[in-house]
Amino acid sequence: MSKVIKIKKGLNISMLGTAEKIIKKANQAEYYAVKPTDFKGIRPKLVVKVGDKVKAGTPLFYDKFQPEVQFTSPVSGEVTAINRGERRVILEVVVKADATIEYEEFQLGDSTNLSKEEIVAVLQQSGLWPAIRQRPYSTIANPDDTPKAIFISAFDSAPLAPDMDYVAKEYTDYFQKGIDILSKLTEGTIHLNINADYPAAETFTKAKGVQINKFTGPHPSGNVGVQINKIDPINKGEIVWYTYPQEIITIGRLFDNGIYDATKIIALAGSEVQNPKYYKILNGASIKNLIDGNVNDGEHRYISGNVLTGSKISDDGFVGYYDNQVTIIPEGKYYEFFGWATPGFKKYTASRALLSWLIPGKKYRLDTNIHGGQRAYVMTGEYNKVFPMDIYPVQLIKAIMVEDIDKMEQLGIYEVDEEDFALCEYVCTSKIEVQSIIRTGLDLMRKEMS
Amino acid sequence: MKSLRRYLDKIKPHFEKGGKLEKLESTFEAFESFMFVPDKVTTKGTHIRDANDMKRTMAIVVLAVVPTVLFGMWNVGYQHFMATGQEGTLFELFWLGFLKVFPIIVVSYVVGLGIEFAFAQYRGHEVNEGFLVSGILIPLILPVDTPLWMVAVATAFAVIIGKEVFGGTGMNILNPALTARAFLFFAYPSYMSGNAVWTHGMMNGEGIIDSYTGATPLAEAAAGKIDNLPSVIEMFFGTIPGSIGETSTLAILIGAAILLFTGMASARIMISTFIGGLVMGLLLNVFAVNPFMEIPAWHHLLLGGFAFGAVFMATDPVSAAQTPKGKIIYGFLIGLFAILIRVINPAYPEGVMLAILLMNVFAPLIDHYVIEGNIKKRLKRAKT
Repeated sequence: MSKVIKIKKGLNISMLGTAEKIIKKANQAEYYAVKPTDFKGIRPKLVVKVGDKVKAGTPLFYDKFQPEVQFTSPVSGEVTAINRGERRVILEVVVKADATIEYEEFQLGDSTNLSKEEIVAVLQQSGLWPAIRQRPYSTIANPDDTPKAIFISAFDSAPLAPDMDYVAKEYTDYFQKGIDILSKLTEGTIHLNINADYPAAETFTKAKGVQINKFTGPHPSGNVGVQINKIDPINKGEIVWYTYPQEIITIGRLFDNGIYDATKIIALAGSEVQNPKYYKILNGASIKNLIDGNVNDGEHRYISGNVLTGSKISDDGFVGYYDNQVTIIPEGKYYEFFGWATPGFKKYTASRALLSWLIPGKKYRLDTNIHGGQRAYVMTGEYNKVFPMDIYPVQLIKAIMVEDIDKMEQLGIYEVDEEDFALCEYVCTSKIEVQSIIRTGLDLMRKEMS
Repeated sequence: MKSLRRYLDKIKPHFEKGGKLEKLESTFEAFESFMFVPDKVTTKGTHIRDANDMKRTMAIVVLAVVPTVLFGMWNVGYQHFMATGQEGTLFELFWLGFLKVFPIIVVSYVVGLGIEFAFAQYRGHEVNEGFLVSGILIPLILPVDTPLWMVAVATAFAVIIGKEVFGGTGMNILNPALTARAFLFFAYPSYMSGNAVWTHGMMNGEGIIDSYTGATPLAEAAAGKIDNLPSVIEMFFGTIPGSIGETSTLAILIGAAILLFTGMASARIMISTFIGGLVMGLLLNVFAVNPFMEIPAWHHLLLGGFAFGAVFMATDPVSAAQTPKGKIIYGFLIGLFAILIRVINPAYPEGVMLAILLMNVFAPLIDHYVIEGNIKKRLKRAKT
């Protein structure tokens, strides 16, 4: 039996709007999109233009730095828009879906006899290679590297996150198939990290060819970065690949059926959702018909992903490539009269600075107000309480601010990602944008090392 | 409240860039955000933020200081009435102290915040809340008869030289309140030490009865008059002469409880400072050659400014060590040095201020070695 790794530092933010465990099949969305911004460090080169007809699995764009890696359409239909942002950066490639989906067929043969090269080629063509990412830097894995291990976090500890055990339990065969495929990509161990707090799905516990590790404790115990740090930390020059259950299931399905079937289950959660539930959608779907008639009145923040690391989308925006949830919370554009002096029964804080600690277990309707202005660092020790790795977070952040490459390396930048610092950013009294500083550091480091 | 908000919205454009009062932008922002938590929302990174902010944090620290302020005011009256041989009601004692202490607090805040506002505008920053705490701590560590102009000069020195030249709150190396105290201590020693400065009215000497010496317990102890030391009860409750806020260990402990419970100050620093003081007290007991070295080690924790320094000064997060391990070493050394200076050095009857300032300077070094340990561990892991 594998031992349980206990994460002590961290924080579970208790929010309203957990999704009820009912999976609904969403009506097919009208529009789907692939967003190059979901993938760190790529430079997209378009291969389609507006008006082109595509099938599910047809490439939309590729990465200039790794041209073999294709990013494909999740549905068949017509490319209707290429939305660009500042300096003509491509934000979204939008496809209007056909009523019935046609698929690109991938010729696979017997998948048990495929070589590593053949598997990589299929994954790259089908648009599923980006499902495998690497640490350091959280970029898409490079097939030429030899990772020392592959890590799979089979539970999500973020606020209002979907229960991965529930999501994956129907797909045991596909999951195992996906694991078999992954095992051909590495000589190293495949770590499957499950939660120890409640019985995990048999999909995970009975998986073969993996080493199962159990974790218990508050968020960020489900972050793959924390898990790597506790099991087999990354040293300079080492590479670890990581991926998640739904991606593995999609890979398994690809090798079983020979098509890119982008089905995944997401949780629609948050205090402003009237009926928070799980929905079966195709990756990249517009959230428009999910939220139609299902949200409260008022101005909301629509987030693809969770409230800590997700990205802001519009009310007809698209679900991100890696995201397993859509969260809807109220915007916080209001002034609060002497807000810093009120007892604060209705406000949530991780500290005991407000009297709301008197009501344990209360779930809060949290909004996007910053609750204060940005300051220089004053308080110390706040980050340490929510950062479970053996790394000094503030010192690393300061090394990044002064762009000291050596110090960043010494303090462990290879082991971290933005998401690992999300709770630090949340609790920060000085309201510092920690995640974007970490991203700057990672980008700087990556440039320096290439 | 709504009409106030409407009024602020109306006048706001004048203070923004291009408005006729743009030179007061930081000042306006400070007052506006003081009255209304801003309506700004997250744009990148986490979509939600903790409800605790710098204003709240500082407000809690100020709240924790309030018991010592109130007791200090009462004690000022109490000492004065004792010195003049009068009797007075609780309110009379407090009122006299209030009249003496309140102006010092006002001067400290007006001068300090004035300079902070000016620098914030000059740098184009928002006004930082750090001085809200320093501004109340400075009066508490002064003798009650300190002339107001001295308070003003010392505050200005502390804010400009102690803080703003390094880049403002969060960047300073020394504790600003102690910088002010140290400035006065070395610039105007006759107002900061001796037996006459601690009780209101003794400096000009009118109406003081002969039996009242006004000497602080530490001065008595340093002079070898151990028999003159007040009882433990008096030292604990604080009915003894001393700086305005430092005398009552009880009031300080109430503050400590607030700080530790809300998590606004580091328990590591606070507790290790007390332990450091106790250890040095015991060491001195062992090697005692004079009566001062013989007094029970735990009495040192009640004497002078030790408790005040440990609870409110050593725990200043900016000037203290920042790593968890470093905090323990830092606090321990403060305790150690404070008692060492107090007992061994005849020039300074109290060692807490100097011990904390000294360790402020060494805090980055302590952190450096703690972090170096983490770096070495990582390198070692890479090799194996």
